[in-house]
Amino acid sequence: MWRYMGRKLGIYGITFVVAVTINWMIPRFMPGDPVSSMLNRASVSDPEALERMNTYYNEVFGLDTPLYQQYLSFWSGLLRGDLGISVWLYPEPVTDIILRHIPFTLGLLLPAIILSWIVGNRFGAFAARSKILDNTVLPLGYILTATPYMWLALLLAWALGVVGGFFPTAGGYSFALTPSWSWPFISNLLTHWFLPFLSMFLVALGGWAIGMRNMIIYELEADYSNYLQALGAPRRLIRRYAFRNAMLPQITGLAVQLGTIIAGALLTEIVFNYPGLGTLVLNSLNNNDFFLLQGIFLFVVVGVLIANFIIDIIYVLVDPRTRVQMTGGAS
Amino acid sequence: MRFLRLPAVLAAAALIATACSSEGGDSGGSEGYPRDETLYTTGTAWGPPVNWNPIMRGQYAVGTFGLAYEPLFHYDPEENEYVHWLAESDEWTDETTHVITLREGMTWSDGEPIVAQDVVTTIELGQKDVSYSNIWNFIEGVEATGDREVTVTFSESRPQEWMNWAYSNPIVPDHIWADKDQQQLTDDPNEEPVGSGPYVYETHADDRMVWSRNDDWWGTEALGLEMQPTYIVDIVNASNEVTMNMISNNEVDLSNNFLPGIDQMIDGQAITSYYDGPPYMQSANTAWLVLNHDREPMNDVEFRKALAHSVDMSAIIDGPYSNLVEAANPTGLLPQWDAYIDHELVAEEGYTYNADEAVALLEDAGYTDQDGDGFIDTPDGDPIELTLQVPSGWTDWMEAARVIAENAQEVGINLEAEFPDHDLLVEDRNSGEYDLVVNNDRQLSNTPWTYYDYLFQLPLRDQQTTVNFGRYENEEAWDLVEELAAVPADDVEAAAEITSKIQEIQLAELPAIPLWYNGLWSQQTNTTWTNWPSDQGNPGYATMWDGWFELGAVRTLAEIELAE
Repeated sequence: MWRYMGRKLGIYGITFVVAVTINWMIPRFMPGDPVSSMLNRASVSDPEALERMNTYYNEVFGLDTPLYQQYLSFWSGLLRGDLGISVWLYPEPVTDIILRHIPFTLGLLLPAIILSWIVGNRFGAFAARSKILDNTVLPLGYILTATPYMWLALLLAWALGVVGGFFPTAGGYSFALTPSWSWPFISNLLTHWFLPFLSMFLVALGGWAIGMRNMIIYELEADYSNYLQALGAPRRLIRRYAFRNAMLPQITGLAVQLGTIIAGALLTEIVFNYPGLGTLVLNSLNNNDFFLLQGIFLFVVVGVLIANFIIDIIYVLVDPRTRVQMTGGAS
Repeated sequence: MRFLRLPAVLAAAALIATACSSEGGDSGGSEGYPRDETLYTTGTAWGPPVNWNPIMRGQYAVGTFGLAYEPLFHYDPEENEYVHWLAESDEWTDETTHVITLREGMTWSDGEPIVAQDVVTTIELGQKDVSYSNIWNFIEGVEATGDREVTVTFSESRPQEWMNWAYSNPIVPDHIWADKDQQQLTDDPNEEPVGSGPYVYETHADDRMVWSRNDDWWGTEALGLEMQPTYIVDIVNASNEVTMNMISNNEVDLSNNFLPGIDQMIDGQAITSYYDGPPYMQSANTAWLVLNHDREPMNDVEFRKALAHSVDMSAIIDGPYSNLVEAANPTGLLPQWDAYIDHELVAEEGYTYNADEAVALLEDAGYTDQDGDGFIDTPDGDPIELTLQVPSGWTDWMEAARVIAENAQEVGINLEAEFPDHDLLVEDRNSGEYDLVVNNDRQLSNTPWTYYDYLFQLPLRDQQTTVNFGRYENEEAWDLVEELAAVPADDVEAAAEITSKIQEIQLAELPAIPLWYNGLWSQQTNTTWTNWPSDQGNPGYATMWDGWFELGAVRTLAEIELAE
C-alpha cells in the first residue's frame, strides 16, 4: 500500500516540476514586454523619465536578471509561497488576487463536476434498460456532450436570462450589493451562480450518461451476467453487479476529463463574466502579466494533481483488484 | 437512489433561493444601493480597480480624476473657452507670469482647507518622474503668493501647452503628497483617496468601482451643480454580449464602449445616444493612417498622396462601422476645432477617394509594374510589399484595415493587413519597425496644438513613445507648431493664422492620412435616468472616460433626471 502511494507521489512530484517549468516558460516566450506595456498605458511623454521608470520596474519584477536566475528565484519564491507581484494589477501580490477569485471557480467546478458525474451515471444506467429512454436520452446526450461550453452558455444566458428574465446574465453578484453574510446577498450569489453552473453541468452530464449506458450494456452481456442469469439470480442483483463494474472506467474517465472540464469552466466564466480564474486568465494574457498567469496555472496544476490523487485513492477503495496487486497477492 | 438525495436537496434549495430573489430582485431590499439613487456605468474600465493614485495616469480607477480629484480649470470645447474650476480667477500679469486665485472655502474630503500650497506641491511633483515632468521644460518657478494665490513664472512663454496641463491634471493635497518620495509616488495605490471632487470612495471589487456623493462638495454652492446620483457604480467592461444584455435589462444606465450593431437598438426612447440618427455619436478623436517615413516608399510624398486618394472612406463607414462614425476632414482636425480649419485651403488642396487619380499619381511618379506580378514597383524596379498593422481583437479597426488594404491593392499597391498583439504593435511602432499603422492616441483638447505636436514634434528619438510615430522631419512645420504654443490661450484668430500655414504644409506633404473620427461611444438607457445630453436637448458629454470629466462630462451627472 505505502509503496504504491510512494510511487504515485513520486510521479506526481515529477509532473508538478515539469508542469510548473512549462508554465514558467510559456509566458516568457510570448512576444511583448510587460513593463513597457504597463508604461504605455501611463503615456509618459518625457523620454528620460520613461527610461528611469522602465529600469525601476524591470528591477522590481526582476526582469533585468538573466533567465536562469529568474527561474531560480521563481522556485525559491514559490517554496516560500510568494508568487510575485502582478504587472497588470500593480502593486498587488499575485497570491492575493488568485485567492480572491478562486472561491468562485471552485464553487462552480466542484458541484458541476460531482453532480454531473453522479447524476449522469445514474441516469445512464437507468436509460440502458428502457427502450424509450434509450431512444430519446441517448441522442440528447450526444448533442449535449458535443456542445461547446460557451455556446450552450450563450444559449442559456439568452433564453433564461434575456428572454425569460429568470436569472441575471453576468457577474458574480448584483452590482447593487456589497458582500455580507446576509440572506439577500447569498440568494443573489446563488442566482448569479446558477446559469454558469447549469451550462457546465449539462455539457458534462451528457458525456457521463452516454458512457454509463454503453458500459452497462457491455457488462450485461458479459459472461458473469449470463452465468448469474442462468443461475436464476434476480435482475436487480445482476444490474447491481453490472453497475459496480461499469463504475470503474467512469472513475478513470473522471480523472482524464478533469483538465477539459477546467478549460470549459474558464470559458464559461468568460461568457458570464463570472469573477473566477477564467476571466483572470484572459486578462493576464491580454496584459502580458507573466506572474499572474503562471500563478493561476500553478493553482490549476496543483488542483488537477490533488484531484487525480484523490481519485487514485478512491480507485484503491472501490476496486478490490488493485488492493490485491498492492499487497503482493499477484505474486 | 441513495446518491441522488443530496444533490436533489441542493438543487431544490438553489431553485427556491433563485425564485425568491428574482421576485424581490430589483428593488434591492433593505441592503444595497437603491436603484433610483444609483447610476450604473460601464465601458471605461478594462481591469479591476487597484489604484487611486491620480499622479499615475492611465492606471487609476475610473473617476479618480474627475469625480475625486479635480483640476484648476475645465475646458469647454463647444464654446472654446476655459471654465474656472478650483481656480476662481486667473490673470497673465505679463507674458511669462500667470497668477491663479483659488476659490474661497473649499475643503478636501478629509476636512482640510484647499490652499495655494496644494497647487504649488502638485506642480513641484513634476520635478520627479511623473507623467507631466515635461512642464518643467518651460516653467521657471511656482510660488504661493497668498493664501489662495499661486504665481507661476515661465522661462519660455507657452500658454497653450501650459493651459493644457492646467485643465487636464488633478490638484492633490499638500498635506498628503508633499513628503512622498519617487517610489511612493509611482507605487502607492493611494487606497484612501482624499480629493476635492463631488464623489468620494465608497467601495470596490474586482468587477466594479463604487463612488458615493460628497455632500460637502464646494461646487454645489459655487457652481450650482447638484449631483443627482447618490452612488455611481462603474462596472468593469465585459464582453459585448454581456453589455448588450445588461443594456436591454436596464442593468446599466450608461455604456461607453463601441458596441457593433448598437445603431439598431438606439430608438431615441428607451435607448439613446447623442444623435438619433447617423453618426449617433459625438467625435472624440481622429484615427490616422500613420506612415513610417524612415522606409521607402512612404518617404515619397507622391506615393503618400496616391495612397490617400485610394482609401474609400464610405466603404469603411457603411461597412464595419454601420454609420457610427464620420469621415475625417483632410486636415484631421475635429469638428470642435472648426475655427482652426482653413476651409478654402482644404477645398483646393484636400483629397477625396478617387482610384483613377491614385493610379495616375503613381504612374507620374514612376511607380509601375515592372516585374509583372500585378503590383507596382519602385521607380528603381524594387518590388513594394507593405503591411498595415492594427491590434488584434480591435474588430472594427481590423475590418477597416482590410478595406484599406483592398483599396490599395485595387490601385496596384501591394498592401496587406496584419493583426499583431497590441503590446507588440506598440513596441514596433515606438521603435519605428513598421510600414503603416492606424493610431488615435490624441484626444479632443483645448487646442489643435496637441494634434500638431503629435504630427510634427522634433527632434526624433530612438523611441517615439507618444508623438510623431511616423518619424516625419520638417523643421519649418515644427517651428510653426512651436509658434502656435506661444499664442495666448484665448486668441483664436492668431492661432488660426498659424494653423492655416501648418495646414498648407500638411496638405502638401501628408505626413499622416486622417481617416475617420472615432466616436465618443456612449449609449444610454432611459428607464431609470433620463435627460442625457443630445443634439436636441442640452449639449455636453455622457461619458466616464478619463480626460472627459474636465471637458464638461462631470456636469452631465448634475443634469440627468430620474425618469417618471
